[in-house]
Amino acid sequence: MLSNKKQYYFNLFFFFVTASSAFVVILVVVGIFLVLFKEAFPAISRYGIIRFIFSSSWDPVREIFGGAVPLVGTLTTSFLALIVAVPVALGIAVFITEVAPKRLGEIIGMAIELLAAIPSIIYGMWGLFTLAPLQAKYIEPFLQNLLGGIPLLGRLFSGNTLGIDIFTASIILSIMITPFTAAVARDAFLVVPPVLKESAYGMGATKWEVIKDVVFPYCKMSILGGIGLSLGRALGETMAVAFVLGNLNQFPTSLFSPTATVTVKLANEFTEADKDIHLAALFYLAFLLFIMSLTILGVSKYFIHKTQKK
Amino acid sequence: MKKMLTFLILAVFVLSFLVFWKGAEGASEGKLINGAGATFPYPLYSAWASDYHKATGVKINYQPIGSGGGIRQITERTVDFGASDMPLKPEEIEKKKLLQFPTVIGGVVIAYNLPEIGNKRLVLDGETLCKIYLGEIKTWNDPQIKALNPKLNLPYKPITPVYRSDGSGTTSIFTHYLSDVCPKWAKEIGSGTSVNFRAGIGAKGNEGVANYVKRTPYSLGYVEYAYALQNKIMVSDLKNRKGKVVSPTPESFKEAAKTSDLRAEKHFYAWMTNAEGEKAWPIVGATYILLAKERPQINKQVIKFFDWAYKNGDQRALELYYIPLPAEVKAKIREYWKAHGIY
Repeated sequence: MLSNKKQYYFNLFFFFVTASSAFVVILVVVGIFLVLFKEAFPAISRYGIIRFIFSSSWDPVREIFGGAVPLVGTLTTSFLALIVAVPVALGIAVFITEVAPKRLGEIIGMAIELLAAIPSIIYGMWGLFTLAPLQAKYIEPFLQNLLGGIPLLGRLFSGNTLGIDIFTASIILSIMITPFTAAVARDAFLVVPPVLKESAYGMGATKWEVIKDVVFPYCKMSILGGIGLSLGRALGETMAVAFVLGNLNQFPTSLFSPTATVTVKLANEFTEADKDIHLAALFYLAFLLFIMSLTILGVSKYFIHKTQKK
Repeated sequence: MKKMLTFLILAVFVLSFLVFWKGAEGASEGKLINGAGATFPYPLYSAWASDYHKATGVKINYQPIGSGGGIRQITERTVDFGASDMPLKPEEIEKKKLLQFPTVIGGVVIAYNLPEIGNKRLVLDGETLCKIYLGEIKTWNDPQIKALNPKLNLPYKPITPVYRSDGSGTTSIFTHYLSDVCPKWAKEIGSGTSVNFRAGIGAKGNEGVANYVKRTPYSLGYVEYAYALQNKIMVSDLKNRKGKVVSPTPESFKEAAKTSDLRAEKHFYAWMTNAEGEKAWPIVGATYILLAKERPQINKQVIKFFDWAYKNGDQRALELYYIPLPAEVKAKIREYWKAHGIY
């Protein structure tokens, strides 16, 4: 046994160590915010906020910068990725927790966690060297032939099939965020009180009915939160899309148009930005992305928190 | 408890401030030379550095952070030398109190993928290239391309021009060439490491462009010479300033360096694009080293390395597909060093 005094000091020391580790995190976030703001300031003061967000020209030679195209590109690719990823991820989560035998569920769960551990640059290289040529040669021409003739919807599939476009980028993104969404959904399903499910079964409900009427409603909020977290991840993803989006500063006109996202612009132009205002404009984009991700993460955390409290 | 918390927050602030403060300093001394900048010459500088280390025991640490970063770092004096793929203008050199000289030359070539013409070589000129990249020439059988290649069977297929999606010295050299030969390009787009391309598709890095052209029929792109060779893609001939059709070879790149206006008074600021020589390849650029003027001691160390490289490094450069400077240019650079008292 330590003496009382020693114990007191030990506690104090312990408190100090843990608290300072925790404060470092806050410090880092605040620090990033301040640095981004400071570095972006020349661009903020020169282009303003509204003008920068709604202007679509990005011309480093003439020093005219506006962030509309990359901001729209970021949102478009991320939402498209969610549309593909969410149903698949929910399917996976349902299968693992409700349908599959326990052992099989564990194996699949492990495989999904492995998928989440692949560094994103690998997805990027795979996208450029394998997926993009396949898309250009087979998948996109096929979709174009199949759906291109339909009025309105066909517009989405018009244009040259080049393989470096929103469609390819969104598919890669969706593959990347699927495991993440699935993991959050699985964890949510696992906390559904067995009593609820058992009573539903007891009343003669089928598996489908239990999932539809008990599990999903119970986890609604945390699934939404999980989707939000995945969206945050898709928004910030860089290397996986840097290779396959083309960094063309034009609004997309179809799924097969190249465009730019904030992160693609940063990854592509940061190293060789030789004018100060160009660099500041890139920091400005980063700053906007930071605020956007922070907001989305905050909202989704709130949703998840709300269900956990119940 | 509350008091302790306030104390803690303060302590963390002070501590981290101290840590960052220390990190911000840290100059280099002794047997280690730190450089940073352009990515294009990185393979060569690191090969030279390793040879130099074996020969003299002095270590060169070169970080390929990009030309923009290189210029910034040497301007802030955080490295011993900076490297850039574009020359800085003499006024800028004076303003930032720097010294500048070239190390090696690189050629940019036009790679294309035209299955119809097999191994026959395409000929292009500046105006056609400019129109292709402006999106005005849209198909391969355009009369203007046909006029340059009367014997080739050019298909009616859309041209996909490929450009660099990332900012790069290659783009800077290429767009400078287009601005030289095509007033419309100069007026509407201009030159720089990233420009506002209108037509085609962006690929990341030289390897990205080379790979895309290789895999996509009817595309065309500009890449560093080395990447075209390594990927075994077809490259076009070009009509140069004198109206002669030239092929991209180390000799025609060298010719461009010989005939371009490299002068010590201008800190070797010169673009080698669209050079005068009869046999000169028109899209050539040099990569540069930047030094801080007020540090003769460090500069002498750096110069020793590059002088050694000029003397012993040509073979190594050629192996890596860089083109060494012609002897007359090297002589001029040594004069420049002497004039600034660092050689």
